[in-house]
Amino acid sequence: MTPALEVRNLTKSFGTVRAVDDVSFSVPSGATVALLGGNGAGKTTTISMLLGLLLPTSGAVRALGHDLVRDRYAVLHRMNFSSPYVELPHRLTVGQNLIVYAELYGVSDAKGRVAELADRLHIADLLDRPAGKLSAGQKTRVALAKALVNHPDLLLLDEPTASLDPDTGDWVRRYLEEYRADTGATMLLASHNMAEVERLCDSVLMLRAGKIVDQGSPAELLAKYGRRTMEDVFLDIARDRRAEPEAEPASDEVPA
Amino acid sequence: MSVTTEMHRVTGPAASARRIAAMVRRYWYLIRGSWPRLAELAYWPTVQMILWGLVSQFFMTQSSWLAQAGGVLIAGVLLWDLLFRGQIGFTICFLEEMWSRNLGHLFVSPLRPWELVVALITMSAIRTVLGGVFAAVIAILLYEFSIFDLGLPLLAFFLVLMGMGWGIGMVITAIVLRAGLGAESLAWVAMFALAPISAVYYPVETLPEAVRWLAWLTPSAHVFEGMRALMVEGVFRWDLLGRALLLDVVYLGIGAATFAWAFAKAREEGKLLQTGE
Repeated sequence: MTPALEVRNLTKSFGTVRAVDDVSFSVPSGATVALLGGNGAGKTTTISMLLGLLLPTSGAVRALGHDLVRDRYAVLHRMNFSSPYVELPHRLTVGQNLIVYAELYGVSDAKGRVAELADRLHIADLLDRPAGKLSAGQKTRVALAKALVNHPDLLLLDEPTASLDPDTGDWVRRYLEEYRADTGATMLLASHNMAEVERLCDSVLMLRAGKIVDQGSPAELLAKYGRRTMEDVFLDIARDRRAEPEAEPASDEVPA
Repeated sequence: MSVTTEMHRVTGPAASARRIAAMVRRYWYLIRGSWPRLAELAYWPTVQMILWGLVSQFFMTQSSWLAQAGGVLIAGVLLWDLLFRGQIGFTICFLEEMWSRNLGHLFVSPLRPWELVVALITMSAIRTVLGGVFAAVIAILLYEFSIFDLGLPLLAFFLVLMGMGWGIGMVITAIVLRAGLGAESLAWVAMFALAPISAVYYPVETLPEAVRWLAWLTPSAHVFEGMRALMVEGVFRWDLLGRALLLDVVYLGIGAATFAWAFAKAREEGKLLQTGE
């Protein structure tokens, strides 16, 4: 089966700085994959290239069978994106924003789709409120509604639960699981929440200084680094501690 | 391809038209929901109209030339405002996207850059007509001068000036996309650099000889000369209109090329996600 996302030797340089350095990976159709790394590791740059917002210096990206650099408009209607760092226009109401995006994505029954999402994501009472006057949790649910407005087959999520309380965060994760189960959508998510990664993701790509330094399923990585949590695996990789099956437990870990 | 997605999607030219309409709707929501934005559309044309109407009335008692062609200054004000509104209407709508940091969302959607440009042009025309009609009504009420008496030539002048405004608007937008919001004030001031050579209130011959050729490189100078020919001599100058339209094509071409270049550079440098100063 053709992978939903295929990245080959992706490189992005800004002057002399290589933000992303020869990255290759593929995401099977229907899988959820995490892109992890510390601040400045190259996650946002990679996601920007996967969205076609940023042109790579070299390399290729194929999404849902199409070249994203040369043929992005053949596939953009089947993708969507959510990030806490890119907000919807504040002065428009939630309903107005969602209608505009439904129409931009060519959804035939824009009003019906917005009503359906409002019901499923519990934002019906927010539809008439300006997008700029929402709490962090409300903004996240609205951003998710925008990201799902076109029934995307490929969803790119940048920190989908950043700055959310545990209850709302759990709610978002549950909804993403449901969406994937219902539609078979493929998801790539960047996150700093390792519990989220363990719960949602089939596999993990670890980035450091623009390179993929390790990858595997959460279970494989836990075993490889001899850790109990992805948090510790993340720290090992981010701090360039080598994977050793017999590695000592982290100082705050209680030995088995 | 998922069946669900295809079942729910509008495709082809209809999809393009729908995306353009969606963007126009987005800007209309913004104006409709904000009385200061709505008031701003009419404020400046009205102030200009009142000021220049009074100046005009005074000059008409002092100058036989102006007395013969009553309203020539007021018509100049109204047409200059069309040009300025055409440019600023285009640029402001784009700035709205930068202020709300929305470019990232827009350009991961199927919206093409040219579709955004068409939406900005449409919105600029709507804003200009709203502000222009208000000022024109003020001129009728206060000075008994109706710009609509110019008849069909008014439509030609309107189209030429709007085209020039959009061309310059695209260049300014490109500069702001390249330089960030630090350059946003260009939206308000850039057009005024062309005011002296546009010969809005005086014939091109009034300009120093060395810069007259520069004036003839602007569509606006042709329009204002044409306006005076119509109002003073009662002649419609097709030659001026023809040259103005040709220059418009050049301005729009340069504007579109500059915008396309700035957009490509923004994709190269990652500026669509990180808009700001």
